[in-house]
Amino acid sequence: MDAILEMRGITKRFPGVNALNNVNLAIRHNEIHAVVGENGAGKSTLMKVLSGVYPHPEYEGEIRFQGLERRFRGIADSEAQGIIIIHQELALIPQLSIAENIFLGNEINRHSIIDWAQTYRQTQALLAKVGLKESPDTLVEDIGVGKQQLVEIAKALSKKVKLLILDEPTASLNETDSDALLELLLDLKRQGIASILISHKLNEIEKVADAITVLRDGSTITSLDCRAQAVSQDLIIQHMVGRDMADRYPPRTPTPGETVFELRDWRVRHPVHTEREVIKGVNLQIKRGEVVGIAGLMGAGRTELAMSVFGRSFGRHAGGTALMHGQPVDISTVQKAVRHGIAYVTEDRKSLGLVLPDSIARNTTLAHLAGVSRRAVVNEGQEFSVANDYREKLGIRCAGVHQPVVNLSGGNQQKVVLAKWLFANPTLLILDEPTRGIDVGAKYEIYSLIARLAAEGRSILMISSEMPELLGMCDRIYVMNEGRFVAELPAAEASQEKIMRAIVQAGTH
Amino acid sequence: MEQTLPSPTASMPGRTLQFLKQHMRDYGMLLSLVAIMVFFQYMTDGTLLESLNLTNLVLQNSYIVIMALGMLLVIVGGHIDLSVGSVCGFIGALSAVLIVNYEWPVLPAVLVCLLAGAAIGAAQGWFVAYLRIPAFIVTLAGMLVFKGLALAILHGQSIGPFPEIFQKLSSGFIPDVFAGSELRITSLLLGVVVAALLMLMAWRGRRNQIKHGMEAEPSALFFARNVLFAAILIAFSWRLAAYKGLPNVLLIMLVLMAGYDFVTKRTTLGRRIYALGGNVKAAKLSGIKTERLTFYTFVNMGVLAALAGLVFTARLNTATPKAGLGFELDVIAACFIGGASASGGVGKVTGAVVGAFIMGVMNNGMSILGVGIDYQQVIKGLVLLAAVCVDVYNKRK
Repeated sequence: MDAILEMRGITKRFPGVNALNNVNLAIRHNEIHAVVGENGAGKSTLMKVLSGVYPHPEYEGEIRFQGLERRFRGIADSEAQGIIIIHQELALIPQLSIAENIFLGNEINRHSIIDWAQTYRQTQALLAKVGLKESPDTLVEDIGVGKQQLVEIAKALSKKVKLLILDEPTASLNETDSDALLELLLDLKRQGIASILISHKLNEIEKVADAITVLRDGSTITSLDCRAQAVSQDLIIQHMVGRDMADRYPPRTPTPGETVFELRDWRVRHPVHTEREVIKGVNLQIKRGEVVGIAGLMGAGRTELAMSVFGRSFGRHAGGTALMHGQPVDISTVQKAVRHGIAYVTEDRKSLGLVLPDSIARNTTLAHLAGVSRRAVVNEGQEFSVANDYREKLGIRCAGVHQPVVNLSGGNQQKVVLAKWLFANPTLLILDEPTRGIDVGAKYEIYSLIARLAAEGRSILMISSEMPELLGMCDRIYVMNEGRFVAELPAAEASQEKIMRAIVQAGTH
Repeated sequence: MEQTLPSPTASMPGRTLQFLKQHMRDYGMLLSLVAIMVFFQYMTDGTLLESLNLTNLVLQNSYIVIMALGMLLVIVGGHIDLSVGSVCGFIGALSAVLIVNYEWPVLPAVLVCLLAGAAIGAAQGWFVAYLRIPAFIVTLAGMLVFKGLALAILHGQSIGPFPEIFQKLSSGFIPDVFAGSELRITSLLLGVVVAALLMLMAWRGRRNQIKHGMEAEPSALFFARNVLFAAILIAFSWRLAAYKGLPNVLLIMLVLMAGYDFVTKRTTLGRRIYALGGNVKAAKLSGIKTERLTFYTFVNMGVLAALAGLVFTARLNTATPKAGLGFELDVIAACFIGGASASGGVGKVTGAVVGAFIMGVMNNGMSILGVGIDYQQVIKGLVLLAAVCVDVYNKRK
């Protein structure tokens, strides 16, 4: 086979999780190869292995590039061979000019003195190649995201790229810019540069890809050749999501009661780019004892929605009402939201959920110190009892509740965050990616806990990028895309295909 | 990552050792202070712990200790205050202008000075907390501003002397009701009472821990530590009683130390400050008013810097334009030697006080030994670096 890159049997383990399991990927010369999969399927990890972010002994398997086995020790190594990755978050320095950015770390110089004339001439040539009509002098912060993306590609070209990897390149681009970018990829292909395109947008993939590799749960599911015959989006979706779901979730008998919480035409603007609406008129209802899911891809606005409800912790409020038990409530600060019985368990427990140097006990009581204190004096004994209580109830494995949370495993840290919010005794518990980075066993424990809390009569709003988890746990699922709810599916009708279709179709309009 | 629980059948010495290991940091600090004191006591042929010198040691360090209490809260909250030395000097100058030039009575003048300190802290805290200007920059500006203002209101001259009642703030001693000629018995008794009170409180805290099934300090260690501590306290007050008794300023220090120790360890306010410094985003999302809390740590720092300024001025009996110069460095060093973390969220009041005394004993001891001011600074700098290195090393293990 005429392959420029072959990755064989790649396995990458993180403590407690197998991120990649015997993954194979082959890229031919002159092709655009799409890699697709759900969030967490292992796409980014695979690219990090390829680009040397995880150097050789940290993974198992073999990488062959241009016919030779390679063991990259870092990004510099892989770039020297012509493998260049462009991340979703662009790695440009806004305050520097286009020319400076393109040759950053790779400056054209004589005796360490930069040859600006040469730099400009080459930059102009590169910009012409990628079809960007800007002066090399322009600061990167003064051009739009679409053009910045082109600067990244020009930078890659300056490094004699042979294999270009693009991670969700069109995620933040509008349609015109996206089309221009895809055209450029086709153009580069004609010049002999192969690309790996990581994308959720199946219609784009359909347009440009010569081959598609589907990853799921860290394994290669299939590689499809689009040159022989067109591959349908349905088939891709099936491969992306199809997995055995038996017995991964605790049994539940949902008994939803009256409506507890409601959002009406909820609108939120971006905190910095205030002209941009991030949440565009969301209507949501949740009943007593109900588990409601919000599905969507990264960037759909799910976390932003949750945080805007939780004391306007995200963005600027731009309209809409929140109702608790049918009454409009003021939830404009975290304190007020907590007082009205709302709790938010963040997706990012390390940077938003826990005070890492503090003990389990102190973290447990942080959101409800009044519960263990009298006249502002904390009763440490009582706090200890409370923490031990939750340790037992949630099965937090630790040497003792005085252990700092920084040493706990991901699953146990997550349980501490849950303990903190359960101690605050919420009516509505918002769980944002409650099982992210947690191994399978601990996931089941978290699911059981969610089931138990719902049975107690709490309302649970669950955000997750893992669709099986939503299907397994929720009574009802909202599908979110670009700041809107684009579908609402009762558990009985929901399926991964339906959710994916709702997202993909919303994206094409 | 999981540690095993110490089995209940573990032998007593085993448990004691394990507890010691876990609390290395706390004991280590005190042991270093004791070691340094023993070293200088030996090197100075006993001068260090002589009654007169011990009294001086307390007086010399009082203002550093007072400011270290406030600085600890600021540092635990994740910030820094470089302006305390200048504020200290400025408030001293202000007190001189009010009391000496305008002949204000002492009490209202002192109150105005403390209020001025609060206002200064509030101004700086507002920039840090609400405008989110880095504290380093805000207080660097404050350092220049108040150094300049002190010069301005003193017109570059020293102002003094103060009325006697004001001097008492620093150089006064607890009056002796028993009129002991060789030994100030009131002072000695006070020392004994304080020691007894501390032991009682420690014992009650321990009982509460045991009641709730917390893993308490092993009893042998608990008693050894407390008896040793009480003995040192009584010996200390006995030495001081042999000179003029307990200085007034020591009483102020003790009350403040006890108060701040209580606030940081036991109150919800203390908890919130630690959470704020440990992870400001998580604290905010837990319903803590992080901005307001940051603001108040600076107000508090301002008041304590003002108090320190008054104590220092009272001790010198003049306000000079150079007063307070470089104090911020000693205060910040005391906190870091005492185990506070530069990234916030970690640090103890007792640590900062011990840190201040480590610096103080080294200053005093080296001066007695005749080490020049040049090398004193070199040695103090190296001790600071070493203390933090040991800390970081311990954490990594």
